[in-house]
Amino acid sequence: MKHLIPEFDAMRKRYPAGAESSLVLPCLRRIQEDRGFVADNDIAELTEYIGVPRIQIEEVLSHYTQFRRAPIGRWHVQACRNLSCSMRGAEGVIEQLSRKLGIAPGETTADGRFTLSTVECLGSCGTAPVVIVNDTYHENMSPARLDALIEGLPK
Amino acid sequence: MTGRKLLMTFPVTATSHLLADYRARGGYATLEKVLRQMRPEEVTKEVTTSGILGHGGAGFPAGRKWGVIKLNDGQPHYLCANADEGEPGTFKDRWILENAPHLLLESMLITAYALQVRNAFVYIRGEFDLPYRRLAAAVEEAYAAGWFGERILGTIFSCDIVIYRGAGSYVCGEASALITSIEGKKGYPRNRPPRLTVRGLYQQPTVINNVETLANVTGIVAHGAEAFRKVGTAKSPGTQLVSISGHVQRPGVYEVEYGYPLAKFIYEDCGGVLGGGKLKCIVPGGISTKVLTAAEIEPLTYDHASLAGAGSGVGSGGMVVIAEGTCMVRLLQILLRFYHHESCGQCTPCREGMGWMHRIIDRIVAGEGRPEDIEQLIRISKANDGTTICGMGDAAGYATVGIIAKYRDEFEYFIEHKRSRLDGRLEVAIP
Repeated sequence: MKHLIPEFDAMRKRYPAGAESSLVLPCLRRIQEDRGFVADNDIAELTEYIGVPRIQIEEVLSHYTQFRRAPIGRWHVQACRNLSCSMRGAEGVIEQLSRKLGIAPGETTADGRFTLSTVECLGSCGTAPVVIVNDTYHENMSPARLDALIEGLPK
Repeated sequence: MTGRKLLMTFPVTATSHLLADYRARGGYATLEKVLRQMRPEEVTKEVTTSGILGHGGAGFPAGRKWGVIKLNDGQPHYLCANADEGEPGTFKDRWILENAPHLLLESMLITAYALQVRNAFVYIRGEFDLPYRRLAAAVEEAYAAGWFGERILGTIFSCDIVIYRGAGSYVCGEASALITSIEGKKGYPRNRPPRLTVRGLYQQPTVINNVETLANVTGIVAHGAEAFRKVGTAKSPGTQLVSISGHVQRPGVYEVEYGYPLAKFIYEDCGGVLGGGKLKCIVPGGISTKVLTAAEIEPLTYDHASLAGAGSGVGSGGMVVIAEGTCMVRLLQILLRFYHHESCGQCTPCREGMGWMHRIIDRIVAGEGRPEDIEQLIRISKANDGTTICGMGDAAGYATVGIIAKYRDEFEYFIEHKRSRLDGRLEVAIP
C-alpha cells in the first residue's frame, strides 16, 4: 500500500485534527480498489501509517461485508435477495446466474472470471430486481437483460 | 398529485444536479442570507419552530436534537448526515443524493453555522455508487466555488466536509454505530446516555440527521418556519419522500404531503397493485414497521399520528406493496434471514435471537415446523424488545409479531400441512 500514502496524506486534509483513526475505512477501501483485496502486509503497513492498534483494523475487516481478505473473480456479480427484489423475481435472477456461471453464491468460477454473491437490500427496490457488477448497479433485471449483461462483460 | 411539494420542486434533467443549475434555481442564496443576516440561534429557532420531524425512521423533532448543542461551550461540535439508507424498501434519500446534492450541502452548511460545526460528514452506504459520485462531484464544485473551506464568503465561518463511505453494515445506519464507523471502527451501537448530542463523534457533541431532514433546512430557513408549518398536518408538518416498491404498478419515489389519504396514494397515484391484482397489505415505512392490511389502510392518512394510531409508523418512508396471493410465511423468512445476517453480535438477545428465529422460520418453510413454533417466534420477539443497545432487535420483533398477528392462519396451515397455502408465492403474475 505504500504507493498510496500520498493519496492518504491528501485525504487527511479535510478531517479534523486528531481524527487519524477515521482513516481506517477509507484507506482500506482504497487499498482494496488497488489490489482487489486487503493483504496481510497491507494491514501491517496501515497499522503503522495510521497509528491505530492492529486489532482495530482486523475488526473492521471482519465486521463490514464489503471488505475482502482474498482475491475474487474479475467480475463480482452481486444479486439482491431482500424483500422488494424477491417480490419482483430475485430468486429467478439468482438461479439464472448460478446456472449460467456454473457456481453457487459465494463461489468463483475456475477461470477466475466471475464471483457470485447474494446481498441484502441495496436501496434499489423501485427498480427491482437489481444486480451489481463490480460497482455498477444494473436495475430492472429480466432474464434477457441478465443474459445480455453477463455476455457483454469483457473477458 | 400527492399534495404540496417542498423538495421535488424542479424537473430532473441531465444537469439538474450540477452547481450551475442549482444556482439558477436560487441555490446558496439562503446560505448567503444566513451568514450575513442571521445569528446561529435564530437559525435553530426557525428549525425548532418548524416542528420538522426526523425523516430517517424515529421521527424525533430535529429542533429538539439541535437544541441540546450549547453554543460557545469551547468544544468542537460535529454534524453528520445519515445517508446510510439501508432499511429494506427504502430508497428515497438516493433521490436527493442523485438529484439535489447541492441542496443537501447548502442545508448542511446552514446547519453547521447554526450549531457551530467546523467539520461535517456525510455517512453514505458503501454500495451507493452513483449517489456517491454525484455527491462527491458536488462537494468539489462547492469547494471550488468557495462554499466550503476557510472563511466562507469572507465571514468568520469556516467548514470542511468529508463524505465517509460505509462498507456494508446495516447497523451503521443507527446513529451511534454510524459515528463509531466514522471513527474507523467496527460499527457497534453504544448505550445512551450520554446522548450523542452530548458525547458523540470523537467524544464531542454531535448532531446526526437524516439526509431528507437536512435537505428541508434550506427551505425552512428561506421561507420561514410558519410557511413550513402550513404544509402537512399540525403534528406532522411538511412532506415525506416515500419510496414505494413491491407489487405496485408505478414504483418510485414520491413526495407526499403529510395528511394525504393513504389509500388514494397507493391506488391512484401509484396505480394500485401490479397487474391489476388485489391488495393484501403494505409495509408502510421500512420492514421494521408493522404491516397494515388493505382494510386497515382505508381510513388512514399518511402522517405519524394516523399510522401510529393503526399500530405502525411512517418509519423510513420505505413502503412495500404486497398483493393478495403472497405467502406471508416466506415473506417473513426473507426478513428474518436479513435481520440474522445484519445482527452485529454485540447484544446477546439479538445475536442469539435473530439466529434462533431464522432457524425456526427456515424449519417451517422446509415443512418441518412444530406446532409450538409460532408461539416461540412471538416469545423470542418479546424477549428482544427493549433488551438490546440499539433498536434492531426490537424492529425484528415488531415485524415478526405484526405479520403473525394478522396472518397467523397461514403459519398454522404451513406447519400442519408442511406446505404453503399459497404455493410459497412471493411474486405476482403480470398479465
